[in-house]
Amino acid sequence: MTQINVRVDGVTYTDDVEPRTLLVHYLREQLGKVGTVIGCDTSNCGACTVHLDGAAVKSCTVLAVQADGGEVTTIEGLAPEGGGLHPMQKAFHEMHGLQCGYCTPGMIMASVDLLKENPDPSDTEVREGIEGNLCRCTGYQNIVRAVQQAAGEMRGSTNGHASPAEVDTAAAPHVAAQS
Amino acid sequence: MIPAAFAYARPTTVDEALRAVAEGGEDVKIMAGGQSLIPVMRLRLAAPETVVDLTRVAELRGVRDDGDAIVIGAMTTHHDVMTDPLVLQHAPLIAEATETVADRQVRARGTFGGALAHADPAGDLPAVALALDADFVIAGPQGRRTVPASEFFVDYLTTALEEGELLVEIRVPKLAGEWGMRYEKFNRVAQAWSIVAVAAVVRREDGHIAEARIGLTNMGSTPLRASAVEAALAGAEASPETIASAARSAAEGTSPTSDLNAQADYREHLAQVLTRRAVTAAVGL
Ligand SMILES: Cc1cc2nc3c(=O)[nH]c(=O)nc-3n(C[C@H](O)[C@H](O)[C@H](O)COP(=O)(O)OP(=O)(O)OC[C@H]3O[C@@H](n4cnc5c(N)ncnc54)[C@H](O)[C@@H]3O)c2cc1C
Ligand code: FES
Ligand code: FES
Repeated sequence: MTQINVRVDGVTYTDDVEPRTLLVHYLREQLGKVGTVIGCDTSNCGACTVHLDGAAVKSCTVLAVQADGGEVTTIEGLAPEGGGLHPMQKAFHEMHGLQCGYCTPGMIMASVDLLKENPDPSDTEVREGIEGNLCRCTGYQNIVRAVQQAAGEMRGSTNGHASPAEVDTAAAPHVAAQS
Repeated sequence: MIPAAFAYARPTTVDEALRAVAEGGEDVKIMAGGQSLIPVMRLRLAAPETVVDLTRVAELRGVRDDGDAIVIGAMTTHHDVMTDPLVLQHAPLIAEATETVADRQVRARGTFGGALAHADPAGDLPAVALALDADFVIAGPQGRRTVPASEFFVDYLTTALEEGELLVEIRVPKLAGEWGMRYEKFNRVAQAWSIVAVAAVVRREDGHIAEARIGLTNMGSTPLRASAVEAALAGAEASPETIASAARSAAEGTSPTSDLNAQADYREHLAQVLTRRAVTAAVGL
């Protein structure tokens, strides 16, 4: 066992872990942060994405001991304190950026990381930015819209990108039906 | 899956790391970014007795100017390499190829040295290092030695690194004159490895190609230089016809495999097409 000190979603933890424990297992099983999920065995799907010291990483491909002394933010720590949703969470909700929702925590964490580097990404840049995250339901279209809506809101502008009412729903009529 | 149990060492200097490797027992694995190693440990394709994690060896991170070369620390992450001003100025080919590696999460942790030491024939950086005539600085119990790229890649997943040694830094010579570079990668889906890729580095002089260096990714068990193309281009006119004709020999001397992604003859075809595209772009046509 190795002792680690790590800050997760604003709380400091001191814990003993086996060196082979993956960060995602530490988060889920030792800290109960089950908002971060595991979708594959091959480091491909990105469902497990969290921020480690400010950068998005696949928490299934980092050892818990490597987070020692570090700061982790999971989907559970993204929303502002005192309630409400992070603009990215709100945009996924409003733009119908999910169906089953399994990829969503990772998608949101990867997208927030992308916007830190590129606050106004084009469609292509969003798609490239989330290339490490697989979604088997949505076909990505509404995910891209959600990321752009969040980008607009986070830049502080209200125009520029489509709001839910103006979205072209021709390819996804159910979106209109549900909104 | 969860990796098999191992002992964990976290040195903070190269000397400490060498000692940890020497004392780690029979089966020691050096861990850089872990982006290739952790996946194979999860699948239990590797089950080392000891893992020596280089993450905290600060002297292995970063890019510095060393007169006639830029020197990239083995532990510099893909993200940091891609955005480094020295790399962008002197070896933009490395930045261009690194951008095509995996995805942003993997690039945040995976390292330049790790990708080279891993020596996957489908990896993007080995052929780039080969085309740029980079030198590999290796530290071992007996001190340091330097190995040219042409001798570093020995076989499938095998390099000139001996047991007990670590890759410390990679020296990339600065190029004098008017050079153009391009990395052309062919794959089918996002975050996928290269089916074939071509790195072209070309020096132009008075409308002619004075010198060309072509590195091939995934055309054999190691990265290769397309020497026949290089010979055909040296001194040739910089025209679409000469480039197309030279590119036709891109698969000469290669031995690509057949796998789920492509048959060998298709890879040979890709090498020619991508060589033509890469050289054309590097020349600026
Ligand atoms: C989903 C996914 C997609 C990917 N796609 C691509 C791609 O398209 N193109 C591509 O090129 N790569 C790809 N990779 C691999 C990626 O580039 C890795 O970062 C790289 O191969 C290994 O770097 P690392 O720093 O993570 O090394 P590690 O995984 O830590 O180590 C890899 C190997 O090198 C050895 N090693 C590492 N550093 C040293 C050193 N300093 N001295 C001696 N030995 C050392 C280790 O012992 C180990 O055997 C992908 C990886 C993933 C998970
Ligand atoms: S669980 Fe799939 S990438 Fe981590
Ligand atoms: S919403 Fe189901 S995987 Fe993305």
